[in-house]
Amino acid sequence: MSDTPNFLGRNVFDLVDYSAEEILYILEAAKGMKEINLREYKKIPTLRGKTVCTLFVENSTRTRMSFELAANRLSADVVSFQASVSALQKGESLQDTVYTLDAMGIDLYCIRHSSPGSPQLVHKYSGKPVINGGDGRHAHPTQALLDIFSVWEKLGSLDGLKITIVGDILNSRVVRSNLIGMKKLGAQVTVCGPRTLMPGGMEDVYGCKVEYNLREALRDADVVMGLRMQMERMTDGLFPSLEEYSKHYVLSKDTIKYAKKDALIMHPGPMNRGVEILPEIADGKQSIIVEQVANGVAVRMALMFLILGGKA
Amino acid sequence: MKKLIKNGMVYSGGHIRKLDILIEDTLIKTVAPNLTEAADEVIDAAGKHVFPGFVDIHAHLRDPGQTYKEDIVSGTHAAAHGGITSLCAMPNTEPVVDNIAAVDYVQRRAKDLGYAKVYVIGAMTKQSEGLEISEMATMKSGGIVAVSDDGKCVQNAKLMLNCMRYAKNFELPVIVHSEDYTLGGKGQIHAGKVATRLGLTGIPGLAEEVIIARDIMLAESVGCKLHIAHISTARSIEMVRDAKNRGLNVTCEVTPHHLILTDEACLTFDTNTKMKPPLRSEKDRLACIEALIDGTIDCIATDHAPHADFEKVREFDQAPFGIIGFETAFPALYHHLVKPGIVMLERVVEAYSTVPARLLGLPDNELKAGNAADIVIVDLQAQSDISEEFILSKSKNSPWLGHSLSGKIISTFMDGQISWQESE
Repeated sequence: MSDTPNFLGRNVFDLVDYSAEEILYILEAAKGMKEINLREYKKIPTLRGKTVCTLFVENSTRTRMSFELAANRLSADVVSFQASVSALQKGESLQDTVYTLDAMGIDLYCIRHSSPGSPQLVHKYSGKPVINGGDGRHAHPTQALLDIFSVWEKLGSLDGLKITIVGDILNSRVVRSNLIGMKKLGAQVTVCGPRTLMPGGMEDVYGCKVEYNLREALRDADVVMGLRMQMERMTDGLFPSLEEYSKHYVLSKDTIKYAKKDALIMHPGPMNRGVEILPEIADGKQSIIVEQVANGVAVRMALMFLILGGKA
Repeated sequence: MKKLIKNGMVYSGGHIRKLDILIEDTLIKTVAPNLTEAADEVIDAAGKHVFPGFVDIHAHLRDPGQTYKEDIVSGTHAAAHGGITSLCAMPNTEPVVDNIAAVDYVQRRAKDLGYAKVYVIGAMTKQSEGLEISEMATMKSGGIVAVSDDGKCVQNAKLMLNCMRYAKNFELPVIVHSEDYTLGGKGQIHAGKVATRLGLTGIPGLAEEVIIARDIMLAESVGCKLHIAHISTARSIEMVRDAKNRGLNVTCEVTPHHLILTDEACLTFDTNTKMKPPLRSEKDRLACIEALIDGTIDCIATDHAPHADFEKVREFDQAPFGIIGFETAFPALYHHLVKPGIVMLERVVEAYSTVPARLLGLPDNELKAGNAADIVIVDLQAQSDISEEFILSKSKNSPWLGHSLSGKIISTFMDGQISWQESE
């Protein structure tokens, strides 16, 4: 191919910066990586000598493990920086933290931070490529890529699919990145949740459909994604009780029947069983929730491989 | 000592025409065409514009207490560089200017070392905590021109009512920073499409509007003079327009950034686009321009709010609110509003000089005989290239960094003396 997309040294702040063609190229690469993960010896030497830093200013064990496994399986060296046990806790600025890390020779940063836009700062301070592992409510592109990969792998394409995402849309970075990526690949996305958990202007910003009634939102969906509902939202005065929320927005046998018969069921985890999703659905045969986690490692391997110019 | 400014296009009495200005010591002696009187110094202003010194009634000099951000010397120096001859210092320093000793400090220091005339706005409540009325009367005897808790907003309506009553008693204008904390919450930028897109918590227009609605009603019942600081939404403007139509003593100001920029500027996570009130929607911006033109918005003020590099250069939601404005206000207004033919030059000049002076009862600064010789000479053909070197303020937190703006301040005179002179 003469027009192979070039990923070398690029940042992954969000999927806005990637074309549909580039996203598909990443998916193809991730498919190859997934095969490696199924081998008995899950390791290739392609990034030997490169150093990847997971810079987790906001805690997330699962995402950090996924990034670190990805780097390990490509034979990169991995250093892990966690805010809870680090200088940031002592009041060091992100800028100084990055200067310090950079002095040790980092080739790629994977950052998780509660502040939107912080991956851009890490890149600005280090000049090194940065993969956003979730920045506040802004973006979570690797989660979106693994979600998209999971659907793409099962259904072959996202073009024309009806995808419904249900839950706390307001506070979800997963939704925002998924909307951008899924729309680029031709899916029609509907977001659903109570008005208090729905940001303004979703239709204009993302070209998605907004639906407040779960049954209407699920009608004829090919893919249904639930989102984690957090207790804090209750004390923020956004909804009265988990019970009442669940009554209107839980993914159950009862509600899911409005979707297509074999619709895929997804959830970025961690799940609140009984709140946004019932076990009968989470563990049902349509569910690909566990596979999503496996795909996360593959997608992150693909990104690291492409950005650091690994040899195939 | 006589100085003669010759051949400039002079703003006087609402018009701009070719006039000469004779300065004798600190005062303007004559403003007339083709003056031939002998002078010790003749300043040729041919091809340039001559305006009343700009008057910025909303500034944060950060002195006392936060002089790493700015101090009275650096702040007034920057002001003079921006053509400002008079400014009003907001009281949210450390300690808060809520007592006569603090008022004295600011005034004295400005008088001794400043490059601009500094008028003090006293805190409306003690330490601007919104709990008890400050010693307004004592501060008034010390020279304050208004009261305000700017940067904060009294949430308790009963206390606000009493502040207004008390201020009215001593004929002090009340300046409000309108922000309902429950609606504004932990918001970072305007609650609009950009906030949705970036996942930043929004500050809805409502946070400003419900307080303006409240304060107009309170001020109406009291009959005090209410001045609304940095108005930013279309709905807020409608309320002020309505209040003015009903003959209430309500005025308001707008910042250059709310006239020129929208929340789209936040898309790059540049913390120099983060301020309160936040940059609003295009609809709000256009409403601000319309209101500036029709006079609903009385004047322009910078809300110059310096913050040190180490405070601003960090995660967006952890950076403080505020941007500097002294040195970029006129070039930004000229470049973005006057030059493209959106707002008349005369309107920008009066709204940034004679009108705000009148609003707060500062000395008349029309260019006419008998007034203090507070004058700015501007070259509208020249460019101001905004860089960290260009900015004399201690802090460089400007959204205009890297921009080249049309219009350059050439000289500023305060009481007939040069306070800023562009080197040849």
